[in-house]
Amino acid sequence: MSNRSTEPDRGQEVRIEGARQVASSRADLQVSEDHHLCPGCGHPVAWRILLEVIQELSLAQRAIGVVGHGCYTNIVRMADIDFLQCLHGRAPAVATGVKRVQPQAAVFTLQGDGDMASEGLAEVLHAAARAEKITAIMLNNGVFGDTGGQMTAASVVGQRTKTSLEGRSPELHGYPVPVAELVASLPGAAYVARSAVNTAGGVAQTKRYLKRAFETQTSGAGFSLVEVLTMCPTGWFVPTAAGPGYLSDSMQPTYPTGPLKDSLRPA
Amino acid sequence: MTAALLQGSRAIADSAIAAGCRFFAGYPMLPFTDLLEAMSAKMPEVGGTCINADSEIEAVNMALGAGAAGARAATGSCGQGIALMQEAIAEAALNEVPMVVFNMARGQQDYWQATRGGGWGDYRTLTLAPKDVAEAVVHTQLLFHLADTYRAPVCLYGDYLVAHTHMSVDVAPIDFGPLPDKSWALDGTAGGTGHARQIWTWAMGRDDAPGPGPDVHWRRLAQKFATMGEAEARHESYRCGDAEWVVVSFGTAGPFIDYVVEELRADGQRVGSFRPVTLWPFPEAALLEAAGRARGVLVYEVNAGQMIDDVRLALRGQVPATFIGGVSIDSSGMRQGDLLTVAAIRSRVLDAIGVGAGERR
Ligand SMILES: Cc1ncc(C[n+]2csc(CCOP(=O)(O)OP(=O)(O)O)c2C)c(N)n1
Ligand code: SF4
Ligand SMILES: [Mg+2]
Repeated sequence: MSNRSTEPDRGQEVRIEGARQVASSRADLQVSEDHHLCPGCGHPVAWRILLEVIQELSLAQRAIGVVGHGCYTNIVRMADIDFLQCLHGRAPAVATGVKRVQPQAAVFTLQGDGDMASEGLAEVLHAAARAEKITAIMLNNGVFGDTGGQMTAASVVGQRTKTSLEGRSPELHGYPVPVAELVASLPGAAYVARSAVNTAGGVAQTKRYLKRAFETQTSGAGFSLVEVLTMCPTGWFVPTAAGPGYLSDSMQPTYPTGPLKDSLRPA
Repeated sequence: MTAALLQGSRAIADSAIAAGCRFFAGYPMLPFTDLLEAMSAKMPEVGGTCINADSEIEAVNMALGAGAAGARAATGSCGQGIALMQEAIAEAALNEVPMVVFNMARGQQDYWQATRGGGWGDYRTLTLAPKDVAEAVVHTQLLFHLADTYRAPVCLYGDYLVAHTHMSVDVAPIDFGPLPDKSWALDGTAGGTGHARQIWTWAMGRDDAPGPGPDVHWRRLAQKFATMGEAEARHESYRCGDAEWVVVSFGTAGPFIDYVVEELRADGQRVGSFRPVTLWPFPEAALLEAAGRARGVLVYEVNAGQMIDDVRLALRGQVPATFIGGVSIDSSGMRQGDLLTVAAIRSRVLDAIGVGAGERR
């Protein structure tokens, strides 16, 4: 990833190789550089921010990640925190069980749009409604990346996927589900925000939001959710370098970024 | 010993709590509902959690999460609700999370569902089928012990009679002996130490500490289930020693069969009763031992004929097995209809063993 974050990077080594300055993009809790995902994928950017936030909030020895099924599942292979890899869509229910018996832990889910908006919408809405003290993270790339680029409940109108070859049509396929807005409408949700990782500013924003979400959890205020828009050049069928631009042009009009709800903020 | 007259569901709830169950989640469905209500009343008293979940899918996944985090966790349902839970029951078997599933079935129509399961993969679910409330109390505690012993989801096959009958029972904790530690359970404390824990059906591990991967992991699980199959079969037999005819039944039908056997013995008929206490593992060796020299085996179950498959597998063709049960249910969907009566069973047994109407007493 780019090294132009506006936030200080912890644990970053900079070394000089000939005339080039090379910065390691490895977060402290990361055990290898190899992320197993496609070049240009946005998920590893989000993972790194997540791991930095956990480290900076001193939650490394309290964190339990409950991970759904998608390309992001690979975080389990490269991060040194407790993980439970669970069934597709069910992470908020599983995380509820974890949190209720380990209330001191910082319990988060890591899910995709297919996982959360398609397969597991009921689970995330009910966890939010119950005000479970967990943090749900949805990496929204608007497509089933892992299965090769089919339409999810979050694919935007006009988006071409393998199951909407002419583009998502409201007539044929209906409209995308805005998970952050739905969750924000529930009284049990204490903190809800949407960010994107396609720009340096977006990376900094994502980090602020994730911090706030974990602080919401540790303060006991209630349920928190951050929807992070991530690039999937493979599933969008665009060149790697076109990913960030595609995200802002085609996804962000449907999914505006910014905080939607913050109960921690003094009135 | 202090006995109390308790409704079955309440007795099971008390027994689960006595066994250390501190997490329960469920979604209402008769005849499971009473257990959910009893748990929600009792759990707060011991500092535990009972969640009235918003679906069976949520409930079982919550229990899986609580089990993965080290608690003695349970869930339950009936029929269609258990069907919805199968995905997660299989997952718990494959990622080795202990939990107890109280399958408070309506009657006996869910034998296949309990013993074959509807999840994916090479897994088995140990299932105890109590004959009455007192046995259900013991089974409940034994199940938590077995779940922890084998790191596996295990089930109770109860029914309307177990859930709703009142019986005088003692629900004191039962000591089943030492258990392996739970150092595998997730509490978050190992992060950043290089030794963080993982629970993952695929068992891939981390790049710096690779796991065995699914091939090795699932072979080991297959071995584990084979070991359970060898070690955990349980049964009860009654007057089978010299029996010419052995009647096989399970769960709450067992005491009816025993009663009929007693009556027929008094009439000079050499009949015996055999009851698998574990539906899986099915007590194959014990059945062959009990019925191997009999003229025939009669299978009584209140369904269209499900357990008879396991009976025939156990008998290996050495003794013929005849089905004498059948579908029988009342309009409430709960009671066992006309077939679960001593008179009906007695007449079916006599028909099957060829005692004509004129020779009957
Ligand atoms: C019950 C079930 N249905 C389908 C799948 C197949 N599956 C695996 S990953 C995946 C797509 C996940 O999409 P998303 O959550 O958006 O993640 P992405 O790969 O896009 O990051 C699907 C459908 C599954 N694992 N389980
Ligand atoms: S398919 Fe998409 S989400 Fe999956 S690794 Fe490739 S770019 Fe990332
Ligand atoms: Mg996706």
